Amino acid sequence: MSKRELVGIVAFSIVAIFFVFTALMIHPFGSPPSDTNMDDYIIDNAQTETGANNAVTSVVFDYRGFDTLGEATILFTAVAGVILLFRRLKK
Amino acid sequence: MKDEGMSRIVKTITSTIFPFIFIYGLYIIAHGHLTPGGGFQGGAVVASGCVMILVAYGSVWMMKKIKEKNLSVLESLGAIGFIGLAFLGLIFGEVFFSNYFANSKFFLFGEEVTFGVPEFANINTAGILPLMNFAVGLKVIAGLFAIVLIMAYATSKNKEGE
Amino acid sequence: MTLPFALNIPYIAVALLILLGLYAVIFKRNLIKIVIGITLIESGVNMFLITLGYRKGSIAPIYTSSPGGIMALPVPQALTLTSIVIGVAVLALMLSLVIHLYRHYNTLDVRKIGGGKE
Repeated sequence: MSKRELVGIVAFSIVAIFFVFTALMIHPFGSPPSDTNMDDYIIDNAQTETGANNAVTSVVFDYRGFDTLGEATILFTAVAGVILLFRRLKK
Repeated sequence: MKDEGMSRIVKTITSTIFPFIFIYGLYIIAHGHLTPGGGFQGGAVVASGCVMILVAYGSVWMMKKIKEKNLSVLESLGAIGFIGLAFLGLIFGEVFFSNYFANSKFFLFGEEVTFGVPEFANINTAGILPLMNFAVGLKVIAGLFAIVLIMAYATSKNKEGE
Repeated sequence: MTLPFALNIPYIAVALLILLGLYAVIFKRNLIKIVIGITLIESGVNMFLITLGYRKGSIAPIYTSSPGGIMALPVPQALTLTSIVIGVAVLALMLSLVIHLYRHYNTLDVRKIGGGKE
């Protein structure tokens, strides 16, 4: 028991130091360092090309529709898995 | 310990409040292309209202009225609607997910939008986006409600054997 | 006084969330507490995705009656929607497995289930 807890404490402290160091050394909040070409194009042209007044919905369903297709598959798989796991316990 | 739900006051209040939650969730789904929201967010709101009804009335009574086969059929209808709209884009617009009647003066959802900041936006715009919102909203409602109903029913029958 | 590092609070909050979830996964014995820790890690990752797409003094990317100004990036918000749904699916399947484990072993202690050694 004590050997396992010791290994756990060492690993957790290494990960904690790494996370806090990264959170302080990352770029300041509100000024991304790289240039945003794709998002500028989407903000300028999303209203006339798709006709929607909401830029996030036009990204989710029109510019990146394949990700929404994969997400619908995930929802279907989760419901199928839950129904399958509880099949014997109902009788 | 009987599993018949809660007292009569709770049953009356929840069945009075439930239509308002349902209408609010449908408003969030239907206006997905004008205000923040859309299919997933509105579906989560309506599913929470349905789970409130389930908690008030007991899961044994609920499973007798709504079998999970009907919920599975509803979810599959939503998925078929989503895939069918994508394939119709392939037939009419030569790309898989194309928005083929976005600015084309069709009577259902296709008026023109110019670049600007409107005060009251027009709901009759944006091609296949509202139809996809309805399909995804139906899928999320049926899926989340089926998960909670099956888990609640399976853990309430272990008093007598198995 | 200027510090040598940037004191950005949202990234520190993300790091604290992930560290709390990791502590609950490593050091706790109850199965339900481990599941809650996994959900905390997933919430921290979602918050990190959203705070990446903020420009200084920007408004929400919606055109209906918006005050003028530059807009925040809409693509990380769309990716966060998918990530939330993935978290819900994983949580549903994890809880089903916990119900089955409790029905078979009649205990929720993670050190008594399994091989039984040490």
